[in-house]
Amino acid sequence: MAVGKEIRTKINSIRSTQKITSAMEMVAASKMRKAQERMEVGKPYSRRMRDVVGHIANSAPEYQHAYMVEREVRRVGFIVVSTDRGLCGGLNINLFKATVRAMKEWADRDVKIELCLIGAKAAAFFKAYGGNVKAAVRDIGEDPSLADLIGSVKTMLDAYEAEEIDRLFLVSNEFVNPMTQLPRVEQLLPLEADDSKEMKHHWDYIYEPDAKELLERLLVRYIESQVYQSVVENGACEQAARMLAMKNATDNAGELIDDLQLVYNKARQAAITQELSEIVSGAAAISS
Amino acid sequence: MTMTIHCDIVSAEEEIFSGLVEMLVATADLGEMGVTYGHAPLLSSLIPGPVRIVKQGGEEEVYYVSGGFIEVQPGVVTILADAALRAHDVDEAAAEEARKEAVHALTNQTGDFDYGRASAQLAEAAAQLATLRKMRNRAGRG
Repeated sequence: MAVGKEIRTKINSIRSTQKITSAMEMVAASKMRKAQERMEVGKPYSRRMRDVVGHIANSAPEYQHAYMVEREVRRVGFIVVSTDRGLCGGLNINLFKATVRAMKEWADRDVKIELCLIGAKAAAFFKAYGGNVKAAVRDIGEDPSLADLIGSVKTMLDAYEAEEIDRLFLVSNEFVNPMTQLPRVEQLLPLEADDSKEMKHHWDYIYEPDAKELLERLLVRYIESQVYQSVVENGACEQAARMLAMKNATDNAGELIDDLQLVYNKARQAAITQELSEIVSGAAAISS
Repeated sequence: MTMTIHCDIVSAEEEIFSGLVEMLVATADLGEMGVTYGHAPLLSSLIPGPVRIVKQGGEEEVYYVSGGFIEVQPGVVTILADAALRAHDVDEAAAEEARKEAVHALTNQTGDFDYGRASAQLAEAAAQLATLRKMRNRAGRG
């Protein structure tokens, strides 16, 4: 029976798309678990590192490292952490919107902006949107290594030391839970002292061996660890967002198939009814 | 009762220890250094070597740290280690092997010889072995 041949083909093609999306969902789910583990593993270190650097920012050190001095802002730098691949819902777009909003705030104050882009999606977006790109890394993979990131982070740090940028921000997604990821803009440099601390009076560390060398090493390590951690966290966000996006796609495909199946069944029934009534009326014409 | 301070030892891979200690002895850049309650704020880098802690109640534990930073605040000591191991997990045979290899590399230098790397490897292996020795001495005494 030739009824609804187009509909059948359509249903089949949607079904094969559904197979792909549901497979991608499962892959993303298992990758998310791994990415989440990776994120949890690095968390204590980066958190303690942040605590320590917070203490340093609160102290009154004998040696003022360039990273601790607030300067008049003429240029700012952004490190934008995005994904390499698409099909992960609004994850990247939300992040870029937040970035553009933050950039606009500075641009309104006549501040120039330099970008350091991590991930292919950011590179593609800011190529179209415009912006002065100082450094870019892509293809960081699922298990990012610090070595891949150090180069471009160093470009930004060097620019900061050379006073080419006066502030450095890090934009990345925060993994709240597998259902929610939030874009977050965070100031890396200069270090911000938090005022909630109890040690208000003038104090300083004993430095061993030497304040300058020690702070240099520690602060560079701090920035690297923060960037690395946010890249790892963004990886977990990517998989979570992809899992959700693919789940929605699979569900939508299911609905579409149901609708089409209904249309197909109706058409088939109408054809049968018509055929029957033709036979019946034919028979009636002969017998009468 | 002895006064205690909070101690956190974290490495890039995991949180190794977090809790109250009576004393902590670490291998800093300028030599071994003990920290007890009331120590002045201090910031120092660590070289590969053992970190010994005396936990509340007198129980001792030894960790191996491959370098990093130590921060002392009035109530809390933080060790940010590049890599840290419980001393039990240090593989003596592997450390000895690495030490020999490094010594060999240092004595038979070839054209593309990386002095920095070999000497770092030697320092690390020697420090691991020293950590083990220290732990064993303690076990023997106690």
